[in-house]
Amino acid sequence: MTDTLLVKDKDVVVPGETLAQGMSFVPSTGMYRDGENIIAAKIGLVSVEGKVIKIVPLADPYVPKVGDIVIGEVNDVLFSGWRVGLKGPYSAVLGVKDATSDFIGRGVDLTQYFALGEYVLCKIINVTSQKLIDITLRGQGLRKLNGGRLLAVNPAKVPRIIGREGTMTKMIQDATKTEIVVGQNGVVWLNGDPHNEVIATAAIRMVEQNAHKSGLTQTMKTWLDEQVKGGR
Amino acid sequence: MAYTKRFDGRAIDETRPMVAKVGVVPRADGSAMLKIGGTTAIVAVYGPREMHPKFMQNPRGGVLRCHYNMMPFSGHGERVRPGQNRRAKEISRVIENALRPVVDLSAFPNAVVDVFIELSETDAGTRCAGVTAAAMALADAGIDMKDLVAAVAVGFVDDRVVADLTYNEEHYNDYSDIEDKDRPVADIPIAMLPTTGEIVLLQMDGKVKREHLKAALELGQKVCRDINEVQRRALKEKYQE
Repeated sequence: MTDTLLVKDKDVVVPGETLAQGMSFVPSTGMYRDGENIIAAKIGLVSVEGKVIKIVPLADPYVPKVGDIVIGEVNDVLFSGWRVGLKGPYSAVLGVKDATSDFIGRGVDLTQYFALGEYVLCKIINVTSQKLIDITLRGQGLRKLNGGRLLAVNPAKVPRIIGREGTMTKMIQDATKTEIVVGQNGVVWLNGDPHNEVIATAAIRMVEQNAHKSGLTQTMKTWLDEQVKGGR
Repeated sequence: MAYTKRFDGRAIDETRPMVAKVGVVPRADGSAMLKIGGTTAIVAVYGPREMHPKFMQNPRGGVLRCHYNMMPFSGHGERVRPGQNRRAKEISRVIENALRPVVDLSAFPNAVVDVFIELSETDAGTRCAGVTAAAMALADAGIDMKDLVAAVAVGFVDDRVVADLTYNEEHYNDYSDIEDKDRPVADIPIAMLPTTGEIVLLQMDGKVKREHLKAALELGQKVCRDINEVQRRALKEKYQE
């Protein structure tokens, strides 16, 4: 049997769709091999690199990974740390050691450092098979988030919102003069003057909705120019 | 009088007209709508999210939980009393069993994926419309799935094998003026994985002969493949312009 590729680059595929026939093609994540066939297991855009077929997911629940920078909410106070919710099924533990370099004596009220309902920008340092997660605030830029507003986005669109080497976020940031932090778990934090925050929110929503289209940077640039000019 | 022409003039192997749409519930993680004739199923998927009550958590993988609900004025007869009933519980269970073989939640131990199936308009075939729409909604939510699931009811009306029965056809004996009230009417909902042809839901109501059942299953498989095409098209349409 000759090996055939049944899809083109940039095609939208859905679960159960046969992508290729033949053993010379190599499946990657989001698909599986059934005999000679490679079958999609996720909705996404196909990208073919030689004999390797990839799926860039169009929707994807967040799976915590070591090294991810995420935004979480302090949900509970523990003996020597805090429980931080990460949007999605799992919550993380922020230990006192990883939270601050201050000396904290025994029996001190931990809410004076992080109170319930406060948000932190943190890094995941450990994930177990049962998804018990440790996070840290030690690292560049990691901190408690004060003020601003939060936005929940589809975690699959986060790479597009960040852009190549942060270009998309930087563009929106510069145009709207709003500080933007994007967590890998699909939580975005914005801080600027309220009018600009609204424009930045709309911009991020636009990127999220059009994430699968090409030439998005150019579209966004034009749109932002219009908004910023028109709004003043 | 034999059942030669269907009440709505369809061919015996033809489904009612279908409209499928994905992403109809903006706040859900995934959603879909399937309208097949006078039956409309709207499905919203939430999760993976934390499982409550906690004793139902499964440390070996995520749990799929379905909620089937017919809205109060959706049916032909009396108002359906809101909330759970024995029938809804059973259907939720069989839909869960039909979807579980395709979804892979091993990456989400102790979590749950909730599937809410709401029937806003019903004219028979609700569990099939529910399964079909739920498969689309799960795919829309980005859950790993080995395949979609397509479902249809096939059956017998007065010795004819027909696809996608309506309420009137299921109650053929009450409506027709035939003397012999024992002419068999059977209703057989089937759900199947379109790529492999595996059957994941098979129920039956009524009487049927062995050779007729075989014919019905073959017809059901053919129709499920057509329904799968509708599912695929709807999922792709969300991202096309």
